[in-house]
Amino acid sequence: MQWEVVIGLETHAQLATESKIFSGAATAFGAEPNIQACGVDIALPGVLPVLNRKAVECAIRFGLAVGGEVAPRSVFARKNYFYPDLPKGYQISQFEEPVVSGGQLVIRVGQGAEAVEKTVRLTRAHLEEDAGKSLHEDFHGKSGIDLNRAGTPLLEIVSEPDMRSSQEAVAYARALHALVRWIGICDGNMQEGSFRCDANVSVRRKGAEKLGTRREIKNLNSFRFLQQAIDYEVQWQIGVLEDGGKIEQATVLFNPDTGETRAMRSKEDAHDYRYFPDPDLLPLVIDAAWKDQVRAELPELPDAMRARFARDYGLSAYDAATLTAALELARFYESCVAAAGRELAKPCANWVMVDLAARLNRAELDISHSPITAQQLAGLVRRIADGTISNAMGKKVFDALCNGEGADADAVIEAQGLRQMNDSGALEALVDAAIAGNPRSVEEYRAGKEKAIQALVGQVMKASKGKANPQQVNELLRARLKP
Amino acid sequence: MSLNLEQVFRAARLARLAISDAEAERTAAQLNNIFALIEQMQAVDTTGVEPMSHAVDLAQRLRPDAVTEADRRADFQAIAPETEAGLYLVPKVIE
Repeated sequence: MQWEVVIGLETHAQLATESKIFSGAATAFGAEPNIQACGVDIALPGVLPVLNRKAVECAIRFGLAVGGEVAPRSVFARKNYFYPDLPKGYQISQFEEPVVSGGQLVIRVGQGAEAVEKTVRLTRAHLEEDAGKSLHEDFHGKSGIDLNRAGTPLLEIVSEPDMRSSQEAVAYARALHALVRWIGICDGNMQEGSFRCDANVSVRRKGAEKLGTRREIKNLNSFRFLQQAIDYEVQWQIGVLEDGGKIEQATVLFNPDTGETRAMRSKEDAHDYRYFPDPDLLPLVIDAAWKDQVRAELPELPDAMRARFARDYGLSAYDAATLTAALELARFYESCVAAAGRELAKPCANWVMVDLAARLNRAELDISHSPITAQQLAGLVRRIADGTISNAMGKKVFDALCNGEGADADAVIEAQGLRQMNDSGALEALVDAAIAGNPRSVEEYRAGKEKAIQALVGQVMKASKGKANPQQVNELLRARLKP
Repeated sequence: MSLNLEQVFRAARLARLAISDAEAERTAAQLNNIFALIEQMQAVDTTGVEPMSHAVDLAQRLRPDAVTEADRRADFQAIAPETEAGLYLVPKVIE
């Protein structure tokens, strides 16, 4: 039996504001319990919510960035349920009239040059407040409640069920993660819960029109867990159906220790949230002027920048995609190209994507903490391009610059004497010495063994302490050994 | 439209209200009176009238994103039934 997997994601992105969505309490992560929970957040009687302008602006940014419709008028609603970390007994959210409708995200599925593009449609994005946190460690058989997170602004981004594998779901989550950071509305810190996904998963027989019954996997806070949870869930659902069973709609939790999903104890009324418009909040009005202003402040978007890199810098689709994975990285690369010159765009890309990326990776740093500046790297690329140093020496200069052993490439080259040998008399002497000292290689080369010349080049390079230009050495040797 | 007793009990349960059979009967009657009123209003032709989500025809006021609230945990927790290590303690809730 062939099965088709259908996945839609609901993502909660915590918005990058200083204060809560409806109160003036701070949102900083990691504060002592309950010191950032004011009267509004803990729902003291008589308090009223007042909407944070910045949270709305973040929603507008997102709507514009995904090509969705930013509603000129949207409405806040109460989602009613009881839980101790929700002091009001309802969560303020948006239901019938969300701030953003539609839009789409282009994702890349697969690795490197084989990656395939796919467009995932977005259903909507709406503003809402986060709940507090329940701690179930032992407090004498009780639960501890921390309301610091209560009222933190979230944008819930809902996709259409357009994904057909866990790989596609992860590619979507990654693209969305990159975008919200790119446009500066969310710090994307998954460990701290700033970006978390719920996955709606169902399976159906290949070719079937009707969607299968879905189960919703809650609160996945890493890309790896997202993939594992979906893979497990898909196999579980197929197993049930092939055994003649039926899937019951349910909310499930993923256990990273066992790699399994498990249905939450279902309460019959759990999904009856009795939404209604919140009488404490008036409709949110966003006029064209505000939208235009936000649009003007948006950075160039990743898709546009990727296309421009490929077009203007002659980069491959893969290189352009890699360099536009994050805004800071793309900006670093552009500064590097600006300083080195556009004709060196390709070597700049290689240095950023290979040597610099490896170094950052090893040190677990991101590009904003790069040990080498874009200008320093550009100076290095130029010195390789103009023949001052060899590529091999370039790596030494790169390491030296990263270690702070010089202000720029020129200083390092001078201080460490790495300049490529351009005194042809000295080089010719070394070539002659190599020929004299290696009669066997010379004989082999003369007998037609082309590879033998490499041994001679190696000798000269060694004698020059790496400062000779290997290509020049090669040419000199060939000239000398010509019959 | 009218509500039966079962629906009244369900609504009460969702709102965590414990009501007796007599209260349920009384509440059902009251709610059904309200539904009757709604039905009467439904008869009015509202073609072309935008539904309102609020009784006041104004837009939401926005506040600048600034931290204006100081820590008042000690005051708030002074009236809480039980606290420990800065947390509010509640009967165990775990799914």
